Amino acid sequence: MFLYIARRALLIFITVLGAIILLFILFQFMPGDMATILLGPRASEALVESYRVRMGLDQPVYIQISRYLANVFRGDLGTDVLNHIPVRRLVMNVLPNTIILAFSAILLACLIGIPLGVFSAANKGSFFDLLSGFLSISMITIPHFLAGILLLLIFAVYLGWFPAMGGGQPGDMINQLYHLVLPALALSLGWIGYIARLTRATVLEELGADYVRTARAKGLQERVVLYKHVLRCSIIPVIAVIGVGFGNLMGGAVLIEIVFHRPGLGYLIYNAIATRNFPVLQGGLIIAIFLYALANFIADLSYVFIDPRVRGE
Amino acid sequence: MMIDDVVEPVESKGPSKKKSKLKKLLSTPAGFVGGLMVLIIILLAIFGPLIAPRDPLQINVINRFERPSREFRLGTDDIGRDLLSRIIYGSRIALTVAIPAIIFGVILGLILGIIAGYSSEKIDSFMIVFFDILRSMPALIFAIVILTMIGPNLYILPIIMGVTRVPIYGRLIRASTLRIKNNEYVLASQALGGSKMQTMFKHIFPNVVAPLFIQAAMDIPIMITFEAGLSFLGLGVPPPAPSWGHILRTGYLNVRHAPHIVIYGGLALIIATLGFTLLGETLRDVFDPKLQRKGEN
Repeated sequence: MFLYIARRALLIFITVLGAIILLFILFQFMPGDMATILLGPRASEALVESYRVRMGLDQPVYIQISRYLANVFRGDLGTDVLNHIPVRRLVMNVLPNTIILAFSAILLACLIGIPLGVFSAANKGSFFDLLSGFLSISMITIPHFLAGILLLLIFAVYLGWFPAMGGGQPGDMINQLYHLVLPALALSLGWIGYIARLTRATVLEELGADYVRTARAKGLQERVVLYKHVLRCSIIPVIAVIGVGFGNLMGGAVLIEIVFHRPGLGYLIYNAIATRNFPVLQGGLIIAIFLYALANFIADLSYVFIDPRVRGE
Repeated sequence: MMIDDVVEPVESKGPSKKKSKLKKLLSTPAGFVGGLMVLIIILLAIFGPLIAPRDPLQINVINRFERPSREFRLGTDDIGRDLLSRIIYGSRIALTVAIPAIIFGVILGLILGIIAGYSSEKIDSFMIVFFDILRSMPALIFAIVILTMIGPNLYILPIIMGVTRVPIYGRLIRASTLRIKNNEYVLASQALGGSKMQTMFKHIFPNVVAPLFIQAAMDIPIMITFEAGLSFLGLGVPPPAPSWGHILRTGYLNVRHAPHIVIYGGLALIIATLGFTLLGETLRDVFDPKLQRKGEN
């Protein structure tokens, strides 16, 4: 089991490292010289040259990469070129917002999706089952940003129940929570559908297993069989989906953060692109990739703890 | 047409069976509804110029933000272009980006996947790490970064979108290749002196391709959404082409005083993605029920 964890951890490390190098190479292919882009067209030759030397842009690419990597592993993501704030601070300021958004979306999806799936499976073929199936697939197919805009239109513009923009007043929990409702709901819709369908399929499969027969034969109530025994086994694929889907979630979060003007990692990256602020862009992307790899790792680990069968492999 | 394209390589048992499968496909409610929606979108894309009441690019600022009326069935946008015509032409854009993207991803994934599955362990582990790295880039962010650098470009867009699916197709193909690579017919080909290339493409290829086609069919809605999202950010299809993403962007920016743009533009996108998803899933259930669980993510 230790070996398994070590191997997964190593894989994260290689993945993140590879992704950073890939990013670096991509940035090299960018048309135009980084220093000229950053300093603007009117900067003098001498200024551009001194900037290149200061940023290490005059060195060969492999030296630039290794220097950058060394900095990243020391926790230094560089400095914002526009207002000279360390990128790490910029990222850390907005990261909690994105993590809160992602987790509330997942939480919401589990809270609604799992019971929906179990209930559908327990009443297979009923009208409720069909309805929930149709709703699930509709929720999966509607693009996140479109769901966001439509929720905005209904609940912010027409009904005025929730605020349309921003992340809320810093320090005011209630206000922030209030601003979180629509983005989290928009981001979770697809997940509710996924999780409901997945839970339904797994519960149906598990219901035929021997241990269910045993549990029933013991005279346990159907409710106990369903929610204690079957649900526990059915949760494994859900965890897998959460881990694997975290990348989609990050992508969805970018668009949702843009739609709702919510300060977050995605919004930071998007603004960095718009202003050509490369250190911020690079730093933000690395953190996003790291989070994604970490989520996969945690999903792998949680299998090991929930399903003893994985440990042996 | 669409269905046949996807079905052809999977089917090998003569026309009578094919017909019954097609019947089965359309007899389920999901398959029927999905098929109908897809048919509408495809017909709109093909016969768009005949159906659309106006030129989708014609600007008429006097008519800006018209509500739906007899003259403009679905109203107009921020510079007075007819929304209905734009939505109809949008179906063309959606398909002409999504389908080449899928084809590109499938071809690349297929080649890399077979190579990974059939080559030495070293190349295989290298490929796995490569797929993992590519997969660790959140697809949308990856596309945003590249498109920011090169600007909106109709020809590079499908390639970038296709690349993001390569790890998924590649892993799928690798897994199937590993499963069959020790089957008798593959070993026989090797024993008879067939070259590696020949064995890979003549014997392995036809036998691993079926699940890939089903997966690819199911990815069409993902690609449509992807393109719409990028165009929504102003990075996908270059304006003024009437991409649904552009329409939604205009609608989003004017959501308070012209909500009809978001509503109708969104409806078109929902019909397309829902239709292709329903059809794709029915296709999978009919042709390869084993895939069902894997397809969930």
